[in-house]
Amino acid sequence: MIGIEHYVAVSSILFVLGVLGIFLNRKNVIVILMAIELILLAVNINFVAFSAFLHDLVGQIFAMFVLTVAAGEAAIGLAILVIFFRGRGTIAVDDVNRMKG
Amino acid sequence: MIQAFAFYLFTAIMLFSAVSVIFARNPVHSVLWLILAFFNAAGLMVLVGAEFIAMLLVIVYVGAVAVLFLFVVMMLDIDFSEMRAGFIRNAPLGLLIAVVLLAELGMGLGAWKTGALQLGTASGAAATPDGLSNTAAIGALLYTRYLFLFEAAGIILLVAMIGAIVLTHRQRSDTRGQNVGRQVARRPEDATVNVKPAVGQGVTL
Repeated sequence: MIGIEHYVAVSSILFVLGVLGIFLNRKNVIVILMAIELILLAVNINFVAFSAFLHDLVGQIFAMFVLTVAAGEAAIGLAILVIFFRGRGTIAVDDVNRMKG
Repeated sequence: MIQAFAFYLFTAIMLFSAVSVIFARNPVHSVLWLILAFFNAAGLMVLVGAEFIAMLLVIVYVGAVAVLFLFVVMMLDIDFSEMRAGFIRNAPLGLLIAVVLLAELGMGLGAWKTGALQLGTASGAAATPDGLSNTAAIGALLYTRYLFLFEAAGIILLVAMIGAIVLTHRQRSDTRGQNVGRQVARRPEDATVNVKPAVGQGVTL
């Protein structure tokens, strides 16, 4: 029988894959954004699994808010990416020093 | 039995697509693998009884976010092979951190299963009511107890939308657009002149 441990294990593996994706594709900001989406998906699976197994709907409500923030983050991130590409002609994030921070 | 089979099928495809997302050479392939991962995650959520979140995942992630990614990837003219230059160099550190993180998460899960940790239980205040579908139950909760949070989520989306438009909108100086105000303000008496030239003389313009 599939218990909650299975879901937690799956979401842990997915989370770790997302983190690994950020480290492996350190130059390519598009893949970094996709890896962040994978991490948020792992978090959502965790929320929904606990919500279902504890018979408490708050987890699913919160998963909805996570989804909202993920959509907003993707929109703003890609907009910044587009204007950065317009100005520099590249999206390599390891030489982003325009603000001299 | 069929539930376990479906769980392992969805899980296997989802994890394989996640691996493909981060290892694909072409970002377009990455986005397509991401879509597959989202579909299988939606399958997992249907399996656990959260149909509304599953549909939301398909509509929002696959229908909006992934297509947005696809647009941006295809719009930008980038040499992606050059982007992968540090891939091998970054691999040992990334794998080390991933293994450590996975071991930590596994340890936490193991400690919880052996009963070493006491987790809280749900208060039951937001329990699924009997005889109500998942979507109806979420709606009943969302529009009563979480109304203000729901509106805050709407404001977040509005701010994200306006922000994205403001960021990417640009005034181009090298194009000659239509000046509607000047067009409308123009009167016939300014624009035309009536002359009556004598025969054989022509008009001066």
